Amino acid sequence: MNIIKLSWKNLTSKPLAMLLSLVLFALGVGLISLLLLLNKQLEEKFQKNLAGIDLVIGAKGSPLQLILNSMYHVDAPTGNITIGEAKAFLREGHPLIKMAVPISVGDSYETYRIIGTNKKILELYEAEIGSGKLWEQDFEVTIGAAIAEILNLKIGDEFHSSHGFVSDGINEHSDSEPFKVTGILQPSGSVIDQLILTNTASIWKVHGSHDMGGPVQEDVKDSTIVTPAKTGTLLDHPDEEITSVLLQFSKRNIQTLQLGRNINENTDMMAAMPAYEINRLYGMMGAGEQLLKMVAFIIVFVSGLSVFISLFDSLRDRKYELALMRVMGATQAKIFFLIILEGIILAVIGFLIGIALSHIGMSILSNYMESSYRYSFSGSVFLIEEFYLLLGALGIGLVAALIPAIQASQTDISDTLTDS
Amino acid sequence: MLQTKDLKYSYDGKTMLNFPDISCKEGERWLLLGQSGSGKTTLLHLLGGLRTAEEGDVVVGGTSLKNLSKSQLDQYRGKKIGIIFQKAHFVKALTVEENLMLAQNLAGQKISKERIEDLLERLNVGHKLKSKPDSLSIGEQQRVAIARALVNKPAIILADEPTSALDDKNCDEVIKLLEQQAQQENATLLIVTHDGRLKEKFKNRITLDE
Repeated sequence: MNIIKLSWKNLTSKPLAMLLSLVLFALGVGLISLLLLLNKQLEEKFQKNLAGIDLVIGAKGSPLQLILNSMYHVDAPTGNITIGEAKAFLREGHPLIKMAVPISVGDSYETYRIIGTNKKILELYEAEIGSGKLWEQDFEVTIGAAIAEILNLKIGDEFHSSHGFVSDGINEHSDSEPFKVTGILQPSGSVIDQLILTNTASIWKVHGSHDMGGPVQEDVKDSTIVTPAKTGTLLDHPDEEITSVLLQFSKRNIQTLQLGRNINENTDMMAAMPAYEINRLYGMMGAGEQLLKMVAFIIVFVSGLSVFISLFDSLRDRKYELALMRVMGATQAKIFFLIILEGIILAVIGFLIGIALSHIGMSILSNYMESSYRYSFSGSVFLIEEFYLLLGALGIGLVAALIPAIQASQTDISDTLTDS
Repeated sequence: MLQTKDLKYSYDGKTMLNFPDISCKEGERWLLLGQSGSGKTTLLHLLGGLRTAEEGDVVVGGTSLKNLSKSQLDQYRGKKIGIIFQKAHFVKALTVEENLMLAQNLAGQKISKERIEDLLERLNVGHKLKSKPDSLSIGEQQRVAIARALVNKPAIILADEPTSALDDKNCDEVIKLLEQQAQQENATLLIVTHDGRLKEKFKNRITLDE
């Protein structure tokens, strides 16, 4: 029966008071930890998916919406632009542009978006083919690693796309040719893991709102992996529509800055800078995050108070037994340590429950986020900040127990025992 | 084994309590009689090192309590002096056995379950080993308190009104057990009481005046 065991027995002999302190502590720690995890992982995903894209050109509307739709693949498109409007940027040889990637969205399979694009998108996200080969012909698709795993799609599998981003079977394009999986990408950790990639013409064909002449198909057929040919085929159809163009500049300077402004002022299209819009998004989320953080800190403060009150209150009941322990040979330091230990034990257990809660919460959240936001989070990632959180928790346990501990160790044995 | 010299104590700085000198030899059994308010409990606390005297000194087994630091005094008391109070107090969160283990631990002794079981058996409360103190009767509590005072084989056992809450039958039994156990451990026993029932049972008596 040592002092640590005694602390534990003292705590467990008042299970309700212990429970209250633990629940409060766990809630506060859990909430802070969850915010940290969410923030960190969200920021990482956003950064990774920035993918060196400098400018996104699309239909006029909300610039943030354009970015979210074209780069992060959440939210609806702002509208469409025609190839004719965007041809200056899609054409090879623009002095400021290193890479231009057309994006056509609007269809999905089992809620996973089908993107009509060209093969340069792989360069943007530094993705590599894992098995099979990249799409070559119309209705051939290359799918992200996550989709292959979740939907259990294999090379050679075929499926019909659905209009829009929900899978309800009503909007299925069952009359058009099915898509065929020709390749699966290696996992990259970016949003491309969750995309179904095909050529732009396939998207047009599915929608069939236009007379697809033979040329596109033929061009695509004879195009080997050479992308200029692909761009060439797009440029042959100035009236067809795409959703947006992702641009990577060859270098950033005053001219590239002005390019965006020019587009916004002089054309019917909109240019949006991802870095700027994402910072704006952080700013908007930041206010909510700050509020949640404050709530979390208040809960932690209250939990500290609850530890303090329950320890302080228990001293009244325990003053005889504490005096008795002194009679039996416990020094003042030992009594002090006993009470401090009770505060620390509460803090550590509360911390552990809180961390467990936040990581379980994160796994649950990640399932939800994955289906609705195309982002996979992990509940098994631990942060250095959580270690600081432990130190903070220990500090609160210590401070909450300090006054009761001092009072307990200063109590006069003889007076206390004579009182009885 | 236990000596006092010119012990004086004052609660308020004005009225000084003067105590007669005491000298008990090893293994002796003494009764300290006095009416309520005569300062018996104060004297017992002085002897046990729970209070420090204004003047004079308490010498236990050749060690002057005056010369010990606070923490040395706590440890010395834990090892050498067993104290039984009028009302038995325990650490409520612990069982009877754990309370006795705690007494061993706090005195810096090795935990010996055998010793604990043996003592409780001798005091007829062996079956209460795993019970919480609150569930015991007053008589049983007082026996466990005696076991706790004895568990570290102290040189001196001090008992403050150990029988005042007990009926005649329990009173006789507890006193008999106290004497027996003190004798068995060769400890000096000093009982402080105003209980007239005990007077005839001890030949070594000190009486405190008002």
